[in-house]
Amino acid sequence: MDLFEYQARDLFEAHGIPVLPAQVARTPEEARSAAKAIGGRVVIKAQVKTGGRGKAGGVKVAENPDEAFEKASAILGMDIKGHRVNAVMVAQAAPIDSEYYLAILLDRAQRSFLVMASVSGGMDIEEVAHKTPEKLAKVLVDPLKGIDQAQALAIATQANFPADIRDSVAKVLLDLWKCFVAEDATLVEINPLVKTNDGKIIALDGKVTFDDNAIFRHADHEVLVDHDATDPLEAMAKEKDLNYVKLEGEVGIIGNGAGLVMSTLDVVAYAGEKFGGVKPANFLDIGGGASAQVMADGLAIILGDKDVKSVFVNVFGGITSCDAVANGILQALEILGPKAAKPIVVRLDGNNVVEGRRILNEAAHPLIQQVDTMDGAASRAAELASASSGVAK
Amino acid sequence: MAIFLTEKSRILVHGMTGSEGSKHTKRMLASGTKVVGGVTPGKGGQVVDFDGIAIPVFNSASEAVAATNADTSVIFVPAKFTKAAVIDAVDAEVALIVVITEGVPVHDTTEFFAYAQKSGKSRLIGPNCPGLITPGKSNVGIIPADITGPGPIGLVSKSGTLTYQMMYELRDIGFSTAVGIGGDPVVGTTHIDCLRAFQDDPDTKAIVMIGEIGGDAEERAAAFIKEYVTKPVVGYVAGFTAPEGKTMGHAGAIVSGSSGTAAAKRDALEAVGVRVGVTPSESAQLLRSILGK
Repeated sequence: MDLFEYQARDLFEAHGIPVLPAQVARTPEEARSAAKAIGGRVVIKAQVKTGGRGKAGGVKVAENPDEAFEKASAILGMDIKGHRVNAVMVAQAAPIDSEYYLAILLDRAQRSFLVMASVSGGMDIEEVAHKTPEKLAKVLVDPLKGIDQAQALAIATQANFPADIRDSVAKVLLDLWKCFVAEDATLVEINPLVKTNDGKIIALDGKVTFDDNAIFRHADHEVLVDHDATDPLEAMAKEKDLNYVKLEGEVGIIGNGAGLVMSTLDVVAYAGEKFGGVKPANFLDIGGGASAQVMADGLAIILGDKDVKSVFVNVFGGITSCDAVANGILQALEILGPKAAKPIVVRLDGNNVVEGRRILNEAAHPLIQQVDTMDGAASRAAELASASSGVAK
Repeated sequence: MAIFLTEKSRILVHGMTGSEGSKHTKRMLASGTKVVGGVTPGKGGQVVDFDGIAIPVFNSASEAVAATNADTSVIFVPAKFTKAAVIDAVDAEVALIVVITEGVPVHDTTEFFAYAQKSGKSRLIGPNCPGLITPGKSNVGIIPADITGPGPIGLVSKSGTLTYQMMYELRDIGFSTAVGIGGDPVVGTTHIDCLRAFQDDPDTKAIVMIGEIGGDAEERAAAFIKEYVTKPVVGYVAGFTAPEGKTMGHAGAIVSGSSGTAAAKRDALEAVGVRVGVTPSESAQLLRSILGK
């Protein structure tokens, strides 16, 4: 899960990292009160989980509360790269002397944690890494030892932070590390970390990503979820504990195992090229069990997607046997009754496949068509979707 | 020959008294795997009967190893206890530790991977993986044992069901060893580790490598193939249609910005001469033509 800037700011504050006074506002009126409470000149910043908001006009300075109202009115509701602005952060304006960069992240390739620090902050760090790699210090952290005071100072030195602020930067880095560990983050980034004209070190903007697998030990992270941005079908699937991602196509997909389902999406898109470019409508992994109820829950969500014109159920019976899957599909259709009204292409293979196919053949359900190979079934599902959506062949 | 797992491997099941652990212990035993003990803290001294085979339970891996000479651990404990279980197995100097559990926090994995590396005694496979099988000899984890038998193909994959699918497509030829390395952002054994072992294994004649979106493990594997692997390698990559920024089932399967895409992985593999199929079936066909079968 990625946090909004204001959430990252609050998290940093809770971990002792210096930030500016700021408040989140969801209406121009709230922005006015926030500006009043903070006092003086403020910055109104669009809260969106994407970059480039400054260029898009999503960051504006306001000299007083009335101006804050006005600027917030202009920013709220904006569309920045497909993200609607539902909130702004009203933050105290700070006279900036220098901008730096500080981050800790999971390094997948090194299977470790990585500190990145640079005195060239405020810009796209990937650009710094690419164009002037010598200006970006990268230091791997021993996951068993973590970062201590001495190492934090060594990193600040290696990154060429000026001598007079090295101790303060090291302190921020140490607190950032504590935050990274305590919150099970995979990324904590301060960009920019600034020195103000009066010599203070402050985290001006932040990005934080949490590890979703660690949610069981962070009940407090639940409130940070952005429910506005969650697709309603995805929300429904989550309630049923299903692993579902909404996509833009017409062929609903159900399969077992993340890899096989990803592969199924690709094979459908590939087959769809021959049928007017139909595409998969979703990712849905129903896991190993594939019981009737799980199948029914999955089908209900997919059939509730108005874009779906046909459904492709692609199951490889590993431990689960295909006869159980076949019965599961039939029972699911019974549970759904008239709600199930779209053609369903089923491909079963693997454990006890002969019996599984026999059960479906015998049932002769009007919605179900069986195809024995994954490629063939994908092609059939794409053809059916294309026919019913009237896409020109 | 095979890699990592042979008929001599002696297996401990961590979490054997739980529902998943017990279900899969039964399956492993049925396929001839030498399961010699279970580990469940607090349940040491119990004996579990699996259709007439009595398996003792120990409080720790060290106790279990002392009593049974086990050299392999397979871990089915819930995510919140996984770190403790792995550290227990590493402390007992178990040579191969296979973590099946899904949903392990990546901070825990990074830590216990570093711990295993530091010990220098244990290879870690997983987490969030189906395990590995050396058909006809031993089966550690949840891969169905009856898909196929022994043969000349080595398989390494991030995905469980795609492993089964590929084994099924090539079931008439058979496999030396199939390794599911897992779909988490940090895993103990990589494509490269398996490619090296398959290259060095005289019984493996050709290799299938299955990757998916996220990270750059496949790109690094491609560079390794160029440098080290002379045996034919066929590839498959899943996730061409995955949107940016969405996790596709596996915790590690995510395209971030322009990195981790399936196209980049395919291109990297093809650039070093690996033939990559558009569908799993096509990859299987490519392998068939290479082996002349």
